[in-house]
Amino acid sequence: MAEANPASPPVVTPVNSGTAWRRLGAALRRHPTAIAGAVVLVLMVLVAVLAPWLGTVDPLTVSPVKRLKPPSAQYWFGTDMLGRDVYSRVIYGTRVSLTVGLAVALAATAIGLAIGLVTGFVRWLDAIVMRVMDGLMSIPSVLLAIALIALTKASLTNVIAAIAIAEIPRVVRLVRSLVLQLREQPYVEAAVASGTRVPMILLRHILPNTVAPLLVQATYICASAMITEAILSFIGAGTPPNIPSWGNIMAESRSLIQIAGTILLFPGIFLSLTVLSVNLLGDGMRDALDPRLARRL
Amino acid sequence: MSEPATVAAPATLPTPGNVLLEVQGLRKYYPTRQGLFAAGAPKVHAVDGVSFWIREGETLGLVGESGCGKSTTGKLILRLQDPSAGSIQWRGREITGLNAGEMRIIRKELQAVFQDPYASLNPRMRAGEIVAEPLRNFGELAGSERKERVAQLFARVGLRPDQLVKYPYEFSGGQRQRLGIARALSVNPKLIVCDEPVSALDVSVQAQVINLLMDLQEELGLSYLFIAHDLAVVEHISHRVAVMYLGKIVEIAPKRTIFTSPAHPYTEALLEAVPVATPGLRRARKVLGGDVPSPINPPSGCRFHTRCPYVEARCRETEPPLVAIAPDHLVACHLRPGSIMADPVSAAPSAA
Repeated sequence: MAEANPASPPVVTPVNSGTAWRRLGAALRRHPTAIAGAVVLVLMVLVAVLAPWLGTVDPLTVSPVKRLKPPSAQYWFGTDMLGRDVYSRVIYGTRVSLTVGLAVALAATAIGLAIGLVTGFVRWLDAIVMRVMDGLMSIPSVLLAIALIALTKASLTNVIAAIAIAEIPRVVRLVRSLVLQLREQPYVEAAVASGTRVPMILLRHILPNTVAPLLVQATYICASAMITEAILSFIGAGTPPNIPSWGNIMAESRSLIQIAGTILLFPGIFLSLTVLSVNLLGDGMRDALDPRLARRL
Repeated sequence: MSEPATVAAPATLPTPGNVLLEVQGLRKYYPTRQGLFAAGAPKVHAVDGVSFWIREGETLGLVGESGCGKSTTGKLILRLQDPSAGSIQWRGREITGLNAGEMRIIRKELQAVFQDPYASLNPRMRAGEIVAEPLRNFGELAGSERKERVAQLFARVGLRPDQLVKYPYEFSGGQRQRLGIARALSVNPKLIVCDEPVSALDVSVQAQVINLLMDLQEELGLSYLFIAHDLAVVEHISHRVAVMYLGKIVEIAPKRTIFTSPAHPYTEALLEAVPVATPGLRRARKVLGGDVPSPINPPSGCRFHTRCPYVEARCRETEPPLVAIAPDHLVACHLRPGSIMADPVSAAPSAA
């Protein structure tokens, strides 16, 4: 660097810049657990996409004669009380969980980002919106989702919307705190002084700096949305029973736990594994994108 | 805002014809509490009745200790913060009441260079984009013309064309400040508020940046409000110097007068603190004792009385007004005999 050209002033090591993506890659490589999480997650996505070709049968086909079979070569995870193939149901259930997780993460982040940007920048709106958010946050997210589902009819879209609404306040709080911090940055002041209009300040100077922490937050939201979906389905307030989701399978097998405990086991393992891998990936990203936080933890 | 009764605003400061910026009785009080209970809470008197003017092609140095309100004064002029009271006139037009859109038009002529050359550049933008931002904001030049202008600005401030695509972290401190200067220059401003532009730089680089600013002034007829915390930096670049203490200007005079015959004890003390480059020279140093009092509850009377070596009884009671003791030499001190009251004619600044 500086040695090559003695006349040039010393080059300062990058601190916080466009190299964030490169640092993300490098840091993920340093975190084997995050890699493991990513691998499991990719496998889950493949499972969801390729569900019909993974030796599954129609997860809805009922055959009462073959009900409550233990795991065997034909029925890998056994059959449930209606004789449906649990393996096929769990594999198809992956689709529901991943769809809900991703959709909620996307919707909550996008809406939360928009609200957070505006409230962080418009002082008078801030007090109003944040009180509403505080109100929403004071209700446990599962309870809020149940209440919202109760207002509508059970469908996958409604489940996604209900969980997303419950998650939005967390994003708003994060984005608002980032905006409040960033708007005091000298370069934002410099932009104002050089005549930049407010929308361009948000777009050019504030938004790019919220991407990294938002990405981390989105993974946590994804994980928590999958759990909430399973909880809702388990108590019968979520995904309609005709769609095989992990929560539904567990709910149906609850009463059979002493007769055929394995039915409950498999969707449970899948759910835990997926949520764990998403969280591991999120932890890895957080460490990669915020070196200060990583050192503290 | 309630006006403290003791404040004697220099109401009759001379107003020569080619004044660019005129500030009168500028005040900024920060509430120590926010929200519902802010009304009765004590306030920080960051800037408390500051008046001065800047003529075309002139550099006014604004000097004072940290926390004296000099940077706040700069931000108020740039309308990055709203003043609590007072008037700011830009080429005869009051700008304190302007809304963001109206102020934006003024900003084309009124640019700024900031203290921290790293923090004042967006780390995610390339150098060329940073310098082009004001041009984009004002829809000036497009496409290749804009690129050409940016390249020209780069050359003017001493940066290489290959650095256009670099990110701020790839520059040294001095180069970053050159970027900041190029950004301020891009829209051909008339006045640049320089908020401690060199205090974060190495001494050798400070001189380069100051020389660049002076060259640009000569070439483009710019005016500067040059904010700094030590007199040594200001000596080189300023035509006139204003000394601030606890939110007030205590002395304002042409550079030579400030450095050869300072009239305010605080200016004297600041001059004592300037290192002298003569080996073996021993001076009887008069070092100021004590700390700067709190701007939340500033001292009564003259704000400097708690640290002034010549303090008298009246200093504690009445606040000295800023008065002219010579043409264009204004001082706020009771102990200056022969103070002549500001007279618009005799106190008018002589042509630069």
